[in-house]
Amino acid sequence: MSSREIDRIDGSALPLRGDNIDTDRIIPARFLKAITFEGLGDHVFEDDRAAMADHPFSNPAYRQARIILTNANFVSGSSREHAPQALNRWGIHACVGESFSEIFRGNSLAIGLPCVTMSAADMGPLMDLVERAPDTSLTLSLSDRTVTVDGQRISIAVDAAVRDAFLAGTWDATGLLLDDFEVVRGVASRVPYIRGF
Amino acid sequence: MGKTLLKKVWDLHTVRPLSTGQTQLFIGLHLIHEVTTPQAFDMLRARGIGVAFPERTFGTTDHIIPTLDQTRPFQDTLAEAMLSALERNCAEYNIPLWNLDSENQGIVHVIGPELGLTQPGMTIACGDSHTSTHGALGAVAFGIGTSQVRDVLASQSLAFEPLKVRRIAVNGTLGNGVFAKDVILEIIHRLGVQGGVGHAYEYGGTAVDAMSIEERLTMCNMSIAGGARVGYVNPDQTTFDYLRGRRFAPQGDAFDRAVSWWRSIASDADADYDDVVEIAAAEIEPRVTWGINPGQSVGVSERIPATGDAGTNGAVAEALDFMGLVGGAPIMGTRIDVAFVGSCTNSRLSDLREAARIAKGRRVASHVKALVVPGSRAVLAAAEREGLDQVFREAGFEWRGAGCSRCLAMNPDRLEGNQLCASSSNRNFKGRQGSPTGRTLLMSPAMVAAAALAGEVVDVRDAL
Repeated sequence: MSSREIDRIDGSALPLRGDNIDTDRIIPARFLKAITFEGLGDHVFEDDRAAMADHPFSNPAYRQARIILTNANFVSGSSREHAPQALNRWGIHACVGESFSEIFRGNSLAIGLPCVTMSAADMGPLMDLVERAPDTSLTLSLSDRTVTVDGQRISIAVDAAVRDAFLAGTWDATGLLLDDFEVVRGVASRVPYIRGF
Repeated sequence: MGKTLLKKVWDLHTVRPLSTGQTQLFIGLHLIHEVTTPQAFDMLRARGIGVAFPERTFGTTDHIIPTLDQTRPFQDTLAEAMLSALERNCAEYNIPLWNLDSENQGIVHVIGPELGLTQPGMTIACGDSHTSTHGALGAVAFGIGTSQVRDVLASQSLAFEPLKVRRIAVNGTLGNGVFAKDVILEIIHRLGVQGGVGHAYEYGGTAVDAMSIEERLTMCNMSIAGGARVGYVNPDQTTFDYLRGRRFAPQGDAFDRAVSWWRSIASDADADYDDVVEIAAAEIEPRVTWGINPGQSVGVSERIPATGDAGTNGAVAEALDFMGLVGGAPIMGTRIDVAFVGSCTNSRLSDLREAARIAKGRRVASHVKALVVPGSRAVLAAAEREGLDQVFREAGFEWRGAGCSRCLAMNPDRLEGNQLCASSSNRNFKGRQGSPTGRTLLMSPAMVAAAALAGEVVDVRDAL
């Protein structure tokens, strides 16, 4: 079973300033009370938006954004996949940040949402630019490891394994993990606590 | 150079290196609950895939459980739908479920160790970030998302990138009134909420060696709050004594053979670590968070940081603004509205005993609403056998049924408005406890009890 190959993401960007933005802010726990992920996009950053009139997710100028720009440790906290699901269902197709938490990055990979890093030195001016001109178009290229904006190419970093998974369309791991199931059975039979002490 | 426990367990469970550069790891134990699994089962059905090893998955219900009226159907129809989905999925795929009618029901990270399901040398996965808790018994335990729950159900394995190992050695003796919770809050404060990204935290040193399993569970629980997805303590005699006789632990001679294997998977004395951090236990005070992430804590005798203090940035101003606290003021004396003893961090019998020791014969301040929520049915029953429920009730605490409750308030136990809650839980994020403007101060269960009585943050050491 293979998934969609992902290389280029084109579109405008939404700058979301702040370090350590957490899962509970993206999608508060009360919206986890559901047995599907449907509708989560409507509640993205709901409480932050209520508390802050000019929140980027409430700003019509960013409504068409496909790339989110963030600072350090985006998104810390819970393992809820609802967080990347909510962003993705709102319309975000890639996250470019100074750094990411591990679980969020893994959950994003599993749903085909690339998280790539950019230095703080590059991120600052890029956020400034997008705030001045929200309709600026960006191109994220995983194969080139760049974000291109106004003809300028900015380097990004992405783990080689993760990049390959997006480029090859193997980011949905189920097929890969079931590829050689006899080997899984083999491990089960050698692990002492399953084999029996 | 010797090997770490992480390396030994990793190698043992490696299915194969993947073309992506990741490693496919076999998952020895999979724990599920109602919040992060319904979509995973639906994805399996949509793809026509079954559950590979239903006997390696166990379910319970914890996040949405009302702690007062547990009559079915629940008044909250969304909560009812979630539990019904878990019941349907477990029945369809032959997965054991400890439901509300079971004496084994409880918070997934409390019942795993309690039942002896969690054992040294295992790989464990669960759709909850606090799965790191299980590392207290020398397991390597990963918090995962829903698509990964699907993958474990389908293949009993997951794809991971390699982890580095940072040994955190806490040496010396903890002061009276200083608990495992204070140690982990200190560690997260020093290393930062992002400090552990890409690492497993191995906790050791004489202070950790001297801890009970329940204290180690508290430490490992909050590894993820420091950015480390995995945290563990090497198995030792304390571990083996804890596991002996538990329902799913090996029995009879098999237990002794298991002990020799468990000893062999501990980190070697000359193990090669990527990083080592040393912390002096005697320097650690009872700690209290003042901000909106678990790294933002101070010792109880210290002052809240002020905007403009060295090393601070906009984050301090944002946190103080949300918390309604004054930078530069002492944390002691901060008036609270609510007190909560519970959560997968601090809801075990020893936690309740410490809180009860403070509460015994005294009264909760008249303006404080105080709640004690045991982590499991078994903890609840054991506490009642000791009369702890009476101690709490007489002091004015409410004594409730087992579940996650006010830690994330997916049940009716929500904060209201901008109430300030002294909480033994693990996250002080904005809005975490159910009200968008609700505020959380994290601390040990004994500190929560002391705050409940005084109506404000106090130093528990003065109450001992």
